[in-house]
This record gives sequence, structure tokens and C-alpha cells, in this order.
Amino acid sequence: MQKHTFTISLFVGIFALTVLAQFGVINQYLQSVIMLMGVNIILSTSLNLVNGYMGEFSCGHGGFMCVGAYVSSVITVLCFSKNQILGAPLLPPSLALLAFPIALFAGAAVAAVAGLVVAIPSFKTRGDYLAIITLAANYIVISAIDNMEIIGGPRGFMGMNATVNGMKGLLDIPWMLLWVLFGTVFSVWLLRRFVTSTLGKGVPAIAQDEIAAEIMSVDTNRMKLIAFMLSSGIAGLAGGLFAHILGYVNPHSFDIMKSTEVMVMVYLGGMGSLSGATLSAVLFTVLLEVLRPLEIWKWVVIPLLLILLMQFRPEGIMGNKELSDLFPKLKKFYSFK
Amino acid sequence: MPLLEVKGLTRRFGGLIAVNDFNIELGEREMVALIGPNGAGKTTVFNLVSGFYQPSEGAITINGKDTRSMRPHQVTSLGVARTFQGIRLWGEMTVLDNIRVSQHYRAGYSLLDCFLRTKKYMLREAEIERVAWELLEAMELKDCALELPRNLSYGLQRRVEIARAMSLKPSLLLLDEPAAGLNSADVEGLIKLVRWIHDTFPVTIWMIEHQMKVVMSLCTRIKVVDFGATIADGSPSEIQANPAVIKAYLGDDTI
Amino acid sequence: MNALQFGSFYALIALGYTLVYGVLRLINFAHGDIFMVGAYIAYFVAVLLLGGEGMSGLGLSPGLTLAITVPATMILTSLVGVALERTMYRPLRRKGADRLYVVITALMAGLMLENGNLALLGASRKSFPELLQKVIWTFGSVSVTNLKVIVIVAALLVFVLLEFIVTKTKIGMAMRGISYDKFAIPLMGIPLDTIIVFTFILGSSMAGLAGILFAMSYPILEPYMGALIGWKAFIAAVVGGIGDIRGAIVGGFLLGFIEIGVVAVFPSTLRDLFAFSVLLGILWLKPTGLFGVAKTTKI
Repeated sequence: MQKHTFTISLFVGIFALTVLAQFGVINQYLQSVIMLMGVNIILSTSLNLVNGYMGEFSCGHGGFMCVGAYVSSVITVLCFSKNQILGAPLLPPSLALLAFPIALFAGAAVAAVAGLVVAIPSFKTRGDYLAIITLAANYIVISAIDNMEIIGGPRGFMGMNATVNGMKGLLDIPWMLLWVLFGTVFSVWLLRRFVTSTLGKGVPAIAQDEIAAEIMSVDTNRMKLIAFMLSSGIAGLAGGLFAHILGYVNPHSFDIMKSTEVMVMVYLGGMGSLSGATLSAVLFTVLLEVLRPLEIWKWVVIPLLLILLMQFRPEGIMGNKELSDLFPKLKKFYSFK
Repeated sequence: MPLLEVKGLTRRFGGLIAVNDFNIELGEREMVALIGPNGAGKTTVFNLVSGFYQPSEGAITINGKDTRSMRPHQVTSLGVARTFQGIRLWGEMTVLDNIRVSQHYRAGYSLLDCFLRTKKYMLREAEIERVAWELLEAMELKDCALELPRNLSYGLQRRVEIARAMSLKPSLLLLDEPAAGLNSADVEGLIKLVRWIHDTFPVTIWMIEHQMKVVMSLCTRIKVVDFGATIADGSPSEIQANPAVIKAYLGDDTI
Repeated sequence: MNALQFGSFYALIALGYTLVYGVLRLINFAHGDIFMVGAYIAYFVAVLLLGGEGMSGLGLSPGLTLAITVPATMILTSLVGVALERTMYRPLRRKGADRLYVVITALMAGLMLENGNLALLGASRKSFPELLQKVIWTFGSVSVTNLKVIVIVAALLVFVLLEFIVTKTKIGMAMRGISYDKFAIPLMGIPLDTIIVFTFILGSSMAGLAGILFAMSYPILEPYMGALIGWKAFIAAVVGGIGDIRGAIVGGFLLGFIEIGVVAVFPSTLRDLFAFSVLLGILWLKPTGLFGVAKTTKI
């Protein structure tokens, strides 16, 4: 029984949230905060695989998110909405429910392939130089999209609402909230399964001593490939969800600033801890909302907080510990597989 | 067919010849030492054999397979395991995880197996876990299985490193100065441990060691190198009597 | 000529990155914003001396203003750099914190400077007063403004000066020594902190100089101007081989040439795409940059 308590409570939670949203107990604003939280959790846990577990310094996560957002948006717009350039919808709106996850998945897959741009040079180089490669990759993605007039270029791309409306036409429930919650659980579940396996433990082995890892039979190139592609693929999923929450994307919402935001969440939560990354994503989203009245000063206060954190608790909130390491009693109530 | 065959092995770094025309053949279950003064190129030989460096000239064959152009992890899966001069454990992972990760090549399941926790995954993980615990038990490390290596004493860390190498189930074990930095009690323990490993597992042990006590009480054959070239090869008693060795390495002190 | 001019800006900023990296092995992510602060300081000093923009000012002549603005900006900007070092990096270094935490601190410091400026001065752009009478010289078919020549000459002079300091003077040798072994240097009787502060002064005053020159060439200032140019200069420094002064100069000019070259042939929106792709290509082929030396790992 205890084996399943966590899973059950998770699904009960998702169900409860959806029901509450359906009957208006949670208003639109709170719903959007929760959705943003979910997207941030996906982003920070996926970047944690590279920046935390593998000890690299990737500062181009926003670029991969951008790829996922655009690919999935183009697919859904192509299928379900009338667009001046892309033409009439190809599919009836009733198929939206089926096509949406496929579009999300396609976005994630293309983002994973884009991750190769960073993964392949990582075979030869590490640290500062790799950081620049990720940075350049982020810029390249953004300016590439800026130059594609067919998907709006710098003006952005819209029309994703038709897909969400298509799903609403089948059954009027808060679909996006549901999708985001499922996406979040799926991503964390995927990452969790990876990092707890012997295969996945090769990743922190590379961080701690790459030479020893290679000589102790860890195929370091394969591990780097997996880590970068998994990380960027999941970021692509987050991008797809993000695009469909807003119904509008602009390449400049995925620039270095976005990547920095995700990095802040990773280092706030603690490197090499999935529960830390989740916790800090929640905290960070709430912080952003609470500090909203400060307007631009918000972006003075948040860096200052992080600087203080680095001075006094550089390992982040959780260090590399998981929640169950800090509170062993929790293990009695659930086992998280 | 010998287990390891090294022919005409040469490695240059720029103008420096670190290893010059090095030859050796190791059979099964041998216990051999490689000695020589500091900077004689001993560790370079180990780095070449374990695939970390590529030879400039010459060939290395393990069980009849040419290892040139192989990456280190591929050489390792042929049955070569090693320890390092300075201990290179993964400091932030428990001892148990250290010994699990080193069985990476044996995991053999795909990423999809890992996500879906398939039967194959479960079987392989259980096997890895079993091997790890057995080894920890046999090498008297069970008590510190869940500790982080950096919290252990130096002697214990050495032991963990040897256990990690043994978890690869090697047919050739390379020990790079296993007794360096150990106190005399730990050295006794090490000698016992290496002898036990040699008696228990079908493994050839090749070690670089400066402490003559260790070399003389364990090895049946000694190879002496200086300036990258071999100057003597023979049984311990022959080496002790060899004037070239005494001149180059042992100095005037007799053992 | 535009390529040389742009290359000079990149090179000047890249030098600051490289100096700090060469000594501390720290990517000073705040450096681009120090450049921005430099441009703003130049603006305020110039306006204060010259008058205008709603301020009475001292009403000095443009030439005299320029003569005072340059050293004043360089000094004030280097104070900003040193302040960052004292308040943020040094405490972390004293604690022996991991390099990563210092890098994150630097990144955050840059964000603070950028947004603090935005919050204090508002998003409205400032236009820099004209301090130098524009003169156009014509050499055969090439015509250049005096400003462009000044920019390029300044970059080259700075390069020669830094090369001299680092290779010939005692303090330069100490700087190089620190990058090899941070712990041995104090044992040799060399004051570690003094050298590091000196490095920050050098790097930040170069950024300040770049700030003035940039403000004079493109007299529109905005808080985010430092970020993009800073990141680009940083990439230039890395492509040249970070930690190497020649590398910074070569990388900076290379980036300038690529950008201007692309704009000459393609629509200008493709500039960044091409510039970054070429740089990425170089790093793929030569992961440690053009002048960088691969660190050999020993076991």
C-alpha cells in the first residue's frame, strides 16, 4: 500500500485542483500562477540534470524551451487554426485532444535534437568553454526564429488558442491546467527514474571525476548525450506547454534572461536535488508574484537575494539532498519509484 | 595466448619520450611488479594499457584484441581494471553507489528500460546490487557502504578503490602505488588483501609500487624501468642481485 | 572601417573579461554591465561639466569636458568594479567557496546593475552630448571620421599597454602567477588582494573607456545596452582563448569583421545568427579558442 500512497495522493491532488478550478474556487489568476509554477518546475528540474547532476554550466536553457514552444505551436496552429500563411486548419477541432500531446511530444523531440548542438562539443570540452557554447546556442535559436518571417519573426506567433478551444469543445474543463500538471508529474517522474538508476548515476560520476568514470567503464560520451538531450527535450516540453498557456509566443521571451531565471531556480534549490529544484521553482514563482508590486525593483531584489544565498548558504536550499534524506520519516508514508 | 601482450610500446609527449620500446607479456593469474625511479614512465605505461593515452608506436593486445583506437571504457569492458596513484573515488556518492556505477558496462539496458522499469532493468539492477553487496561483504566494507568516501580514512578509501576496481570483474588488475601514504599496519592489511584477491579471483595483478616490502612479499616477477626503457626483468632474487638495478634504483642500500 | 571600430569595442570589453579570467579563473559576468555603467557615468560627468539636458552644469567647453570626462569615467568605473570585488567576490574567495558560486554571484550582480539602473533612471534613453567636432578624413577612396580613428587607436594602445604590463612588469608577473597557483603567491610575499584589486581596476577602466567611446559613437544610452555587447564581447574573448590578451584582441576584431561582413551581404537581421554560428563553429573545431592552450589532465 505504502508503495502507492504517493502516486495516489498525486493523482487525487491533480483531480482536486482541476475540480476546484472547474467550479471557480480557484480563479483565473491563481490558475495561471499554478500553471506557471508547473512550467518552472519542469524547467528547473531538467536544467538541474545538466547544471546540478553533471556539474556543467549550461546557460542556454531558454533556447531549447524556445525550440519546443515553436515546434509544438506550429503543429497545432497548422492543424487547428486558420492562419494567413499556414492556411486553413487541416484537422477538425474534435481531434485536438489527441493531437495536442503529439504536438507537445514532437516539440520535445526536436528540442532534444537541438540539444545535440551542445552535447557533441561537450565530448571534447568542459566548463567555461562549454558554457559559452550553450550561450551561443541560445542566441542562435532566438535570432534564427527572428529571421523566419513565416512564423512571425520578431513579432511572435499566435493562434494556439484554437487548439485549447477545440479541447474545450469536447468537454468544458480547464484543460491546460490538467495538461501542465500531467506534464510536470511526467517530467519529474522521468528524471527521477533516470537519476536513481545505475545508468543515471553515471552522470554525477562524470561531474565528480570524469577520468575515473571513463576508466570505470562509464561511456562518458553516451552519458553526456543522454543528459543534454533529455534535459533539452524536457525543456522543449515546458516550452510547448508555456506557449499554449499564453496562446502567444515571442522569441524574446526565451532569451538569456529566461535562461538566467531557470539557473536562479536551480542554484536556489540546490544542485543535484530534484526536490530542491521543485521546491525552489514553486518558491521562485510565488516570489515573483509577491514582488510584482515592486515592478522593476523586483529584478534588483531577486539577484540580491541570490547573492546573499551564495554568501551564506551556497549549496542552495537542499544542497544535494532529497526531501526523503532530510526527513527519513517521510519514507514511511511513501516510496517514490 | 597471453592475457596481455605489449609490443614495442612507445609514447612521446612533444620531445619527451616517456615510454620507450616497452615490452611485456602477462599470463593468467600472474602477480607482477613494475618498479623504477620517479618519472621513469611507469604510470604512463598504465595509462596506455588502460586506454587513457594512445600509444605513439607499438601495440597492446588484451586477450588477443588490439586496444589501439579504443576508448578507456571499452578497454575496461575487456577486463582491465585499475586504481589510481592519488585516490579517485567519486567523493559525493556513497561507497555502495561507487561500486554500482563502476558496473556500468554490465548494466546493458536501454534508456527506455530505465524509464519504464522493465523486467530487464529490474533483473540487471538486482544483479548489480547483489554483486556490490557481495564484494563489500567480502572486503569487509559492509559497515561503511552508505558513507561518503571522503569521510573515510585513507586506508579505507584505498580499500574501497580496490573494491571498485574488482567490481568490474577484471582479468587484469592494475594497481598504481597501492601502498603509497599508508601506515605500516595498513600496509600489512593491503598485502593480505591483495593476496586474498589473487587467491580468490581468477585475476592477474600488475602493480607499480615503491615499497619493496610489498613487492617482495607478493610478486613473483619484477620489471624495472628507467627513463622509459626496461633495464631488468626477472624474479625478485634476480632483481635484487642485478647490478644495473642497484645502480639505477636501489642505490647503495641493499634490502 | 566600421568593422575595425566595432571590433575595437568588443576587444576593449573582451580585454576586461580576459584580465579577470586570467587572474582569478572567474568569468566576470557583470563586466558587460560595468561597460554600461561606464557609459552612463560618462554621460553624467559630461552633462555636469557641459551643462544642458535640464542641468545647469559648469558650462565648460566641449574639448575641456572631454579631457576631464575620460579620466574621470575610467576612475569612477574602476571604483564600481572594485566595489563589486570587495563586497561580493572577496568574501566568497575568503571562504574558499567553489568557483561556481562566484560565477553565479557575478551573473546576479550584472542583473542588479542593469535593473537597478532601469529602476533609478527609468527606461527613457539618454542622448549623449557631442564632445568632439566631427572631422572626416579621406584617404584615397576610404573616408573615416576622426572618432573612428580614435577608437581604433585607443584599442591598440590599450592592447600594447596591457601586453607590456602583463609580460614585463612585476605586478603583471604576479598576476600570471596567481592564475597558476593561488596559494603559493601569498607565500612568496606578494599581496594577493592588492593584485586582484589592481586587475579589477585595469579591467573596469578599460570597460569605462569603451563606455565613453561607445557613447560618443552611438550617442543613445539605455540600461540594456551592456548586456548584448557584453555577452558578445565575452564570446569574442573565449573564441580568442580566454585568459590571453592577444586572444581578446583577435577575437574582438574577428567578431567585428564577421558582423559587418554579414551585414554587407545579407539583411542586417541575420547578423547575430551568422556571427554566433561562426563562433560556435570555431569552438567546435578548437574547443579552447584560437590562442587557448588545452589543459592536460594527469592521472
